[in-house]
Parts: sequence; C-alpha cells; structure tokens
Amino acid sequence: MEVAHLQRRFIDLTTTLFQQGILDNQFIQLQQLQDESNPNFVHEVVSLFFQDSEKLLNELSRILDHQIVDFKIVDAHVHQFKGSSASIGAQRIKDVCIAFRSCCEENNRDGCIRCLQQVKQEYCLVKSNLEDLFRLEKQILAAGGSIPTMQ
Amino acid sequence: MAVAAETQFHVLAVDDSRLDRMLIERLLKTSSYQVTTVDSGSKALQILGLQDDQTNSPSVSSDQHDTEVNLIITDYCMPEMTGYDLLKKIKESSSLKDIPVVIMSSENVPSRIHRCLEEGAEEFFLKPVQLSDMNRLKPHILKGKYKELHQQQVLQNSSITGSNHNSNKRKAMDDEISPEMSKTKTHKQPDSTVIPYITSFSFLTSFE
Repeated sequence: MEVAHLQRRFIDLTTTLFQQGILDNQFIQLQQLQDESNPNFVHEVVSLFFQDSEKLLNELSRILDHQIVDFKIVDAHVHQFKGSSASIGAQRIKDVCIAFRSCCEENNRDGCIRCLQQVKQEYCLVKSNLEDLFRLEKQILAAGGSIPTMQ
Repeated sequence: MAVAAETQFHVLAVDDSRLDRMLIERLLKTSSYQVTTVDSGSKALQILGLQDDQTNSPSVSSDQHDTEVNLIITDYCMPEMTGYDLLKKIKESSSLKDIPVVIMSSENVPSRIHRCLEEGAEEFFLKPVQLSDMNRLKPHILKGKYKELHQQQVLQNSSITGSNHNSNKRKAMDDEISPEMSKTKTHKQPDSTVIPYITSFSFLTSFE
C-alpha cells in the first residue's frame, strides 16, 4: 500500500531526526498546535524560520568577512538565531549558537568564523530534512492517508 | 435561561521576534484566549491607552482599544524598551498597575528573574514557551479581576455612604472611579454574574 509505505518513511525520518538531535521536543510542541483550524501552522512557522535564518546567516557572513568585527552585533544576531532555532526545535543549531556566543565574548574572529561554518552546515541539514518531511506529508495526504503523530 | 457565553480573556503579547509572536499567538488562541500581538513596548503602551510620555492619564479616546487587556505577556530582550522597562511603566501607571504581567526570556538569568518579580511581574517563563505554561496564566488573570472588582466594590460602597454629603465630593469620587468603571463596562458580562464572581473569589484573600 502506498500510503502505509509513505507513512513508514515519515515515521522513520522523524525518528532519525530526533535520535540525531536535529530536532527536539519543541518540534512536537509545534505539531500539537496544528489542527483543522490551523492546518499549515508548522509549515508557516518553519518557512518563516528559513526566511529569517537565511537573511541572518548572510549578514553574519558579511560582517565576519571584514578584519574589524563588532562582536556585539555578531552576538546579537547569534542570540536571535539561537532563539528562533530553539523555538522550532532545531536543537543542534541552538547548541552551535551557544558555542558561537562564547567566541563573541572572547572577541575571537577565527572562532566565530568556524562557528559560522558549523551553524551553516547544521542549518542546511535541518532545512533539507524538514523539506523532505513536508514533501512526505504532502504525498501522504494526496494519497488519502493521515499524518502519523509522534509522541 | 441559557448560560451566558463564556467571556474570553484578552491577552496582549509583546515580542520583537515575528516567529515568537506567531508561536505565542497560537499558544494563547489554542488555550482560548483572545490575543493581540505587538512588536514593541511602545506599541504595547499605545494599545493600553498610555502614550510613552504620560504615566498617569490614559489617552483621551479609550475606545481605541475595544476590549480591556486582562494579562500582558512580554519578551524580556527587546530593542529600545525591554520587557523590564515595559513592566516598570505598567506598574507606575495608576490605570494599568493591576493588569498582571508575565515576562518571557530565552535566558535563565536568576538576577534578571528576581529583578522582574521584584518589580511586580507575576511569573517568568523560559522560552520556548509551551502549551503547559498557558495553564499558569489563568490564576493571575483571575487575581487581577478580583482586585478590579474589589476596588469597584469599595468605591461603590464609599459613594453610597457618601450620598448624604455634599454633591461636590460625590462628583469628585465619580470622576475618580469613571476610568475604572468604563473599563469594566466594555467587558461584556451581564451584571448578574458580578455577584457570583465576588463570592467565589473570597478565598483568594488568603493568597495575598
């Protein structure tokens, strides 16, 4: 059955994401806030996260490209990114942000550049996985099935 | 006689992050609150009828806000006016000081939490705020309502006993209570529910 197969893949992907700490309990919280009256809530929140994050990461790249860096500004951006990633349950991004902020406190430009690389990698991971997840959801619904709920 | 429709409590949520505003709005609506979200402390003060430079008199057109605000939930870290600054302004205002305020923050800083509670915040939520946190709001809203009703009762009682005094004194008291009265008049409950409210709140005095 196609639906069952898709649902199986959905469960497997979600389980892996949680096991690897790419997503945490906050993501389940978001799913719990989605219902018939707000069927696209998770998608809306995550889309906003993608938009904001990309702007932020570009800005951070731009700032850290210069030799002279205002670490207060970098820290403010990272603080914001930490907050928004925590809000959607992107645990690993949040963790890198914590290390990133330490580098800011130390005025460590090299450290910041390394953290930026890492945070970009984690962001790409979250983005591609969530896009896969949403695609699976669409396919399940199109095939007449329901989305399995995670506990 | 049909049961009167349950009045929804109105929460004003303040956060400079659009994502967090989306979240808090959904959390509150899921918990059956009516919600207004704003992105800054100064916009919050505008909604509350308080301009930034006035601390005691509400702005002239109180019909700017259709329903009263029963609770304010605000982020701590915001540019220009922090949640703490906003809290202070609210507590300094005679018309707003009884509205319960809850602070949210992504950072667990004990001195910050202490400072906010000292200034009169009811609670401090760590972000990300969860559905279970929403259950902690109602007691504060009810306490706020009790204070408001109690204040009205006291004023009503004193204006009744003052009815034999000269009318000027009475007029002064009426002017004093009218902002409070007009606040509750916008609240859509019929008068018959006021009495059950007061008797059921009598146990709250032990919590003061």
